[in-house]
Amino acid sequence: MANKSDDILEEYSSKEYEYGFVTNIEMEIAPKGLSEETIHYISAKKQEPQWLLDWRLKGYHSFLKAEDPHWQNFDLPKVDFQGISYYAAPKSSAKFKSIDEVDPELIATFEKLGIPLSEQKILAGVAVDAVFDSVSVATTFKATLKEHGIIFSSISEAVKEHPELVQKYLGSVVPHSDNIYASLNSAVFSDGSFVYIPKGVRCPMELSTYFRINTENTGQFERTLIIADEGSYVSYLEGCTAPKRDENQLHAAVVELIAMENAEIKYSTVQNWYPGDKEGNGGIYNFVTKRGVCRGANAKISWTQVETGSAITWKYPSVILQGDNSSGEFYSVAVTKGKQIADTGTKMHHIGKNTKSRIISKGISAGEGQNSYRGLVQVGTRADNARNFTQCDSLLIGDRCGAHTFPYIESKNSTATIEHEATTSKIGEDQIFYLNQRGIDTEKAVALIVNGYAKEVLNQLPMEFAVEAQKLLSISLEGSVG
Amino acid sequence: MLLNIKNLQAKVEDKQILKGVNLQVNAGEVHAIMGPNGSGKSSLASVLAGRENFEVTGGKVLFDDKDLLEFSPEDRAREGLFLAFQYPVEIPGVSNINFLRTALNEIRAYHNQPTLESKEFLRLTRENQKLVEFDAKLTNRSLNEGFSGGEKKRNEIFQLAMLNPKLSILDETDSGLDIDALRIVANGVNKLRSDKNAFIVITHYQRLLDYIVPDFVHVLYDGRIVKSGTRELALELEEKGYDWIKEPVTSASI
Ligand SMILES: Nc1ncnc2c1ncn2[C@@H]1O[C@H](COP(=O)(O)OP(=O)(O)OP(=O)(O)O)[C@@H](O)[C@H]1O
Ligand SMILES: [Mg+2]
Repeated sequence: MANKSDDILEEYSSKEYEYGFVTNIEMEIAPKGLSEETIHYISAKKQEPQWLLDWRLKGYHSFLKAEDPHWQNFDLPKVDFQGISYYAAPKSSAKFKSIDEVDPELIATFEKLGIPLSEQKILAGVAVDAVFDSVSVATTFKATLKEHGIIFSSISEAVKEHPELVQKYLGSVVPHSDNIYASLNSAVFSDGSFVYIPKGVRCPMELSTYFRINTENTGQFERTLIIADEGSYVSYLEGCTAPKRDENQLHAAVVELIAMENAEIKYSTVQNWYPGDKEGNGGIYNFVTKRGVCRGANAKISWTQVETGSAITWKYPSVILQGDNSSGEFYSVAVTKGKQIADTGTKMHHIGKNTKSRIISKGISAGEGQNSYRGLVQVGTRADNARNFTQCDSLLIGDRCGAHTFPYIESKNSTATIEHEATTSKIGEDQIFYLNQRGIDTEKAVALIVNGYAKEVLNQLPMEFAVEAQKLLSISLEGSVG
Repeated sequence: MLLNIKNLQAKVEDKQILKGVNLQVNAGEVHAIMGPNGSGKSSLASVLAGRENFEVTGGKVLFDDKDLLEFSPEDRAREGLFLAFQYPVEIPGVSNINFLRTALNEIRAYHNQPTLESKEFLRLTRENQKLVEFDAKLTNRSLNEGFSGGEKKRNEIFQLAMLNPKLSILDETDSGLDIDALRIVANGVNKLRSDKNAFIVITHYQRLLDYIVPDFVHVLYDGRIVKSGTRELALELEEKGYDWIKEPVTSASI
């Protein structure tokens, strides 16, 4: 009876993390600690131009002035910024001309994670950029993309090869002074992906970056910058994992998206950082700033995220709807189990006329997990006929977890239409029994129910990844139900 | 013997519901269980299917000579016990077809049979849809979500046909069905009847038994089977109600 769902939870939260292994590879690691010196060190390692060093230093000074955020719904652990090393790179990584030059140990690591880097083996129609600790180790399908004039490279490489683009757009959506973690990222970001889609080009394949934290006591501070020029289209996916460690590791990324007139960017995330153990030891602090701007008319930005990992996830992928008739979407599934915390949602800033936004958030809590949706819909004076629809659902498994929603609305235009719907449900014992009675065990039953619940969001993912995400949801909830 | 229930007793939340049920069912037979509201009919079905909020406090159940009560609910299903629920639940977002494929393959895996190929699965689906005249559109919809009462009941029988169990317990499958649907569902059940399987049909109405003709009729009252007979018993009940059965029991139990 009551104990049934408890058992369910018990098992659910005891499921082992599959990607917790460590790769043994010779690394070059910066000494722990953060100072101007650290920033000079990173910039020098990457042979960066002066403007970028200057910009990093500005970020560092913003960071020094910034305060810890205070509005969250949980006790924010104190992060020891001096206890972290801000740069770690495989020693042999100077620059790879082809995949054959990459350390076989690294290739093996990514294969183990299900990310084959050799182009013959790779998922059909997906180009991958693989980031290991602080550096990008491989980008596939470059030549094919080049034919279309598409730039897809690590951001370090883009700084060297397309400095004018990087300088123009870096920090244009998320300024270095945005928030403490964005400032930190601006100061020390190590690598990440850069994408430029030229005017009128529809990117012929999915672009994907795979992030892996490997080294102890390091943080990962990647920076992603995607520019879709007028009338272009791109679909981009990021995935991530990290080894099991007893101490917490910080992941403070920044993602900036820029969609020009009639352009569309679809950005998907499957986040599976190490969540910590059952007692809440270790795990990644996933403090990420993601923001996109619809610069021109009819531009469209869509965020889809499946968040299953991390000890604490804290992010609000947002869209600034500047161009008239532009639209923003946010589709999210966030799972918290064990002692995981997720505080996630979105911000939609309606500035242009007839701008539209759609928010579908599905929280799933098990164990002692705490799941909060926090969202802001803001309508400016000029945004005539702005429309927002928000659907915010919570699913609870067991009775020790929690779900919370914080929808904020600020409208300065009376012609705006804002709709908000919210539901909270529990996986019913009768639902599980029904499936049991048809020969389906409880674990599979929960997986079915959860995937059904999350379907609307999973359907937004590119085909190649929807299946993976489904499996991930099932696996991450395995053992929660007994 | 397919099912042998011996002196089965069970309680739920400290309330004794089943007070010693005895019932034997052979392959090839159809048994009807009737009885007033709250007498324990659905409870008996739940206990047999392994619902956890019922605590078995005594007795024994042999299913195909195996101790049924030792099995988990899913293993009981895999052993060939099927319960068509009185109140089928809705599971949003899980497509009927995906659910059925999972169920079928789980049962097959239990018997060391390989996963059914898509083509074969679809053939089976079509065949059984036809059997219970189940709307193909419903097959692709979310499991029971927004189904009408009758559609839910028909879906139970569609699932029954797909999973081909040894013993099916139909808990008031007739309630909520219109007259045509009743005939269709009953015809479906009749086509599925064989000398290898058996049915326990729980119902309040003689009408269903005109279509699914039972070999035996039992009356469950206050947690016990107090009267058993042939199909004539159902007709008698329809005419006289339950009072004449209740009285002797009460006096006998003093
Ligand atoms: N979970 C439960 N908690 C408490 N009492 C229960 C529970 N389930 C069943 N009961 C009680 O057990 C008794 C038998 O119920 P049951 O559903 O088996 O009756 P039934 O014969 O199927 O009746 P009906 O003809 O109305 O379907 C009723 O008094 C009912 O209230
Ligand atoms: Mg009943």
